Amino acid sequence: MSARGEVLVSVQGLKTYYSIRGSFLDRLVGRTGAAVRAVDDVSLELRKGEVLGLVGESGSGKTTLGRTLLGLVPATEGSVVFEGRDITKLHERELRDIRRRVQIVFQDPHASLNPAMTIAQAVGHPLQIHGLESDGAMLRARVAEALERVGLAPAEQFMDKYPSDLSGGQKQRAVIARAIILNPVLLVADEPVSMLDMSVRAKILELMLGLKNDFDLTYLYITHDLATAKFFCDRIAIMYLGRIVEIGPSAAIYEDPKHPYTQALLKAIPEPDPRRTIPRDLPRGEVPDASRPPLGCSFHPRCPKAFEVCGWESRDLKDLLERRWAGMEEEAYEAEQAAVGPVEPLDVAVTHAHLPAHGGGRGAEVRAILERARAADPAEPFWRGVRRIEEVDGRVEIDWHEPVEPRLLPTGRVEVECHLYDEEALAEAGRRRSGPIPQ
Amino acid sequence: MSSGAPILDVRNLRLWYGTRRGPVRAVDGVSLEIDAGDVLGLVGESGCGKSTLGRGILGLLPEGARADGEVLYRGRNLVTMSPRELRRLRGPELGLIFQEPMTRLNPLLRIEDHFRETLAQHDSKLTNREIRRRSLDTLGRMGIPPTRFRQYPHEFSGGMRQRIMIALALVLHPSLLVADEPTTSLDVIVEAQILRILADLKENFDTALLLITHNLGIVAEACDRVAVMYAGQIAEEGPARDVFADPQHPYTRELLRSTISLDTTELHSIPGAPPNLISPPSGCRFHPRCPDVMQVCPAQGPIETAPEPGRRVLCWLHGPEREIPAGGTERLERKELAVAEEA
Amino acid sequence: MAAVSAATRLHRRTLGIRRAFAPIAEARGFARGMLWTGAGLTLFFVVLAIFAPLISPYGFDQYEVGTHRFAQLAHPSHAHLFGTTVQSTDVLSRIVWGAQTELEVVALALAFGLVIGVPLGLFSGYFGGPLDRGSVLFMDAMFAFPPLLLAIVIAFLLGSSVNSGVLVAAIAITITYVPQYFRVVRNHVISVREEPYVEAARALGARPVTILRRYVFFNVVQNVPVIATLNAADAVLTLTALGFLGYGVQPTQGAEWGYDVSRAVSDAASGIWWTGTFPGLAIVLLVTGLTLLGEGLNETINPVLRRRVFTKVDFGAPSLEPSSEILEP
Repeated sequence: MSARGEVLVSVQGLKTYYSIRGSFLDRLVGRTGAAVRAVDDVSLELRKGEVLGLVGESGSGKTTLGRTLLGLVPATEGSVVFEGRDITKLHERELRDIRRRVQIVFQDPHASLNPAMTIAQAVGHPLQIHGLESDGAMLRARVAEALERVGLAPAEQFMDKYPSDLSGGQKQRAVIARAIILNPVLLVADEPVSMLDMSVRAKILELMLGLKNDFDLTYLYITHDLATAKFFCDRIAIMYLGRIVEIGPSAAIYEDPKHPYTQALLKAIPEPDPRRTIPRDLPRGEVPDASRPPLGCSFHPRCPKAFEVCGWESRDLKDLLERRWAGMEEEAYEAEQAAVGPVEPLDVAVTHAHLPAHGGGRGAEVRAILERARAADPAEPFWRGVRRIEEVDGRVEIDWHEPVEPRLLPTGRVEVECHLYDEEALAEAGRRRSGPIPQ
Repeated sequence: MSSGAPILDVRNLRLWYGTRRGPVRAVDGVSLEIDAGDVLGLVGESGCGKSTLGRGILGLLPEGARADGEVLYRGRNLVTMSPRELRRLRGPELGLIFQEPMTRLNPLLRIEDHFRETLAQHDSKLTNREIRRRSLDTLGRMGIPPTRFRQYPHEFSGGMRQRIMIALALVLHPSLLVADEPTTSLDVIVEAQILRILADLKENFDTALLLITHNLGIVAEACDRVAVMYAGQIAEEGPARDVFADPQHPYTRELLRSTISLDTTELHSIPGAPPNLISPPSGCRFHPRCPDVMQVCPAQGPIETAPEPGRRVLCWLHGPEREIPAGGTERLERKELAVAEEA
Repeated sequence: MAAVSAATRLHRRTLGIRRAFAPIAEARGFARGMLWTGAGLTLFFVVLAIFAPLISPYGFDQYEVGTHRFAQLAHPSHAHLFGTTVQSTDVLSRIVWGAQTELEVVALALAFGLVIGVPLGLFSGYFGGPLDRGSVLFMDAMFAFPPLLLAIVIAFLLGSSVNSGVLVAAIAITITYVPQYFRVVRNHVISVREEPYVEAARALGARPVTILRRYVFFNVVQNVPVIATLNAADAVLTLTALGFLGYGVQPTQGAEWGYDVSRAVSDAASGIWWTGTFPGLAIVLLVTGLTLLGEGLNETINPVLRRRVFTKVDFGAPSLEPSSEILEP
């Protein structure tokens, strides 16, 4: 029996990129299109007996990371070491052995059970797959035992039923029974309760906690719901666009969230507290396209506290102009659009741009428009990222400060990946603010 | 609190549909009112009938369903209206937004075309310029920039598509908008953004909103009033602030306790499962799962009372005293519910 | 644990199959009519085929009894209910024996087609890769051929090397229909492959063959009976067409309705109707029966087409509605 607290799984520099199929021409020539960086350089350790939460919204990579631990998804780079073996380097046959020790509970109880198998067949199947029980009566007995463990008692009443005869909560219990029947060491739970009603969630979470204590299980709890994560997890990792932006003990994260994204998530959770109203100061926009992440820190376009080094670029200018025009009177908008020209050419990840994109001649007008935009909202972080705006040959040229790559650094009780807590980045920003404008 | 006649007045609505085993009583005697510009939250768990109610109010009944009772919109009864008249109301007067915006927008049409179709259908006299102006104006209020007007639905993210859906519904200036789980499939920050838009409808568009959801937090934050639904009936209704601070119905109370929030220190759940709507429990439908069940509860269906002005509740705990037979208020030993009946 | 009876075990094992086809019992209305009419017609011919020796008055090429030779082209009469042909064979007997021929060929063709097409579709759809791409290209190419032409060519090529006309016809038909089974099964497998329960099976450590067998197969097999019966209908038509043109089953090997029709063409000019009408009618009835059976199955089993049955709602029945009056507590 391994000691409590020892490292069970060690993830180092894990990268999982999916290549998107390009256009027909690309496929013909054999060129792949862009890559979705589902998991983008993640390192963490999972200790025996703990519950580690992976919290994030869509596109955060949490689901992909969970599946990589079972070898269901191939890794592009990096390692995942479990019990001395690197899961990312194993063949399918060797992985099957790992799957006796690591199991997964999926999100949708209605879809994770085979509609053509009875509960007894489904829950007993792992035993057959791994050749642990071939005798019919013994198999049935073990299945009954597992069903009773998860609260589906009396087991006989459920054994010969099909999934469609069960409710959501009962199905999820059956899925959990199937996952624990092999006595795994690690259980990955991917949103196990998010598709269940409120009054049922507590029961399933209680069950999972009970099983953890009875079987000495370690959990990786994947969710977008910070409220259940707070209750359930010992440590929490917040993920955004494939990277961990904050990780630390549960209490620390909730009492003193450091990363602006974590702060926003906590503020945004709807609470049935009659004194609360909808928060009005949330970050704008949504999670960006994972195949074309923003430069520097991926969160910078939405961050209320971004500054010089966060990775400002041409696409941010496009967003700014579009935001400005979304609320405008039509005549005013048309006038500005005519001067600025099309904004599509701004949709590239570079730190310089010129407007209008094609042709020239209305540089002064464009300059005036940008000044008006700035005056309308001087506190907008975008302007701190601008290094210079100059009229050249009837066009306006804009340069932004070069991005500094964010690093995951220890800060207080947690680790955060944010320039606000990075001494070097802060120093660099100070230099850029006061330094001479380079030629 | 708004003054004047309510814009929507539902009276004793029943929406049943027939199956071989008997009628499914999806909505079984529901009454509620929405004043102009108000936001009413309709909250309940899966299978309580809230979606059927939302659609039934607009006359969008599923196949095989029949309606009984009255749905008075500005005094006119939608239940007895002819389908053609009802169709004319849908759009300019009654709007509906759904849960999955991607499946409701035509992937082959540009956003511009969606708006043109919607507007032209209801007012053929509008010029193109006028259509464009109104569309851009509404989209702008939702935060969609005019530069994207000619894009296709797949070029937008989930949250933006939901905004486009809302804009499409609002561009006709309906007086009542029914939103059925509009944020369930969205991320939590985007959800808050959308809720802000919905909660502000009153100021920006003077539109009343019926917000249907299973999430109590949303209702607490975004709604003026809340109606809690259980097994096809309204268990409790009143101002959101009051209902959440001081719930009168045991189901509301238990539901609040079961909701896991950032302050949760202990897990609570409600034993048992929501009842089968073909043969619901006798008397009060919540009685098998109620911690405060009394002798009278399984015997007779409760009578609606108003513990305070502006609030109503369907529960024997609140009387009326004179209708309860002798000994009816004695506690009833609740049967141990087998897990087989649990959700 | 108490000993479990063999009956219970059998009950448990067959639960899956019975559930998959349970909707048939609930069929109503038009679908039900089609289903049972089609089944009835098909069953009729199946009985004819199986009990041909008992039902048929004479052999399929019998032209005499003892020394008494049958009349040529005799009108339908008491002795020959459907009349006789120019070769003095009894039309009724040829119809009955012909049923046996038709169903033999069709059964063989179905069996071959399923045994080749379904597994190929399963593997191709599940594993993808070069096997899949190659198979799809090949099957699509086969689809491009006009099926009857393909069958004729194959029957012609095989006719000299294979003795049994039944086998030749069966092979020819199989080859034209394998792509259909392949395509239907493959497409369904591709969509089922992405379902969470298949991923869950992988997560449990199941081998691909196990996954195919227990997780994928039962969930895609529902469409196959529909395709099979519709193909059977088409196969009968192809077989009779082959017979009409003189390929496939040779006159010495057995009775074949298409062949009979081709022989009857010249008779029509002379006002002799019974040699052509009865075989033609038999073809029409069998094909119609199989088609109705197939469409009926499709309407009942296919969840997309299946219409939920609703009964009328009666609000008058006592309900548990609360009173609409609001009273003070």
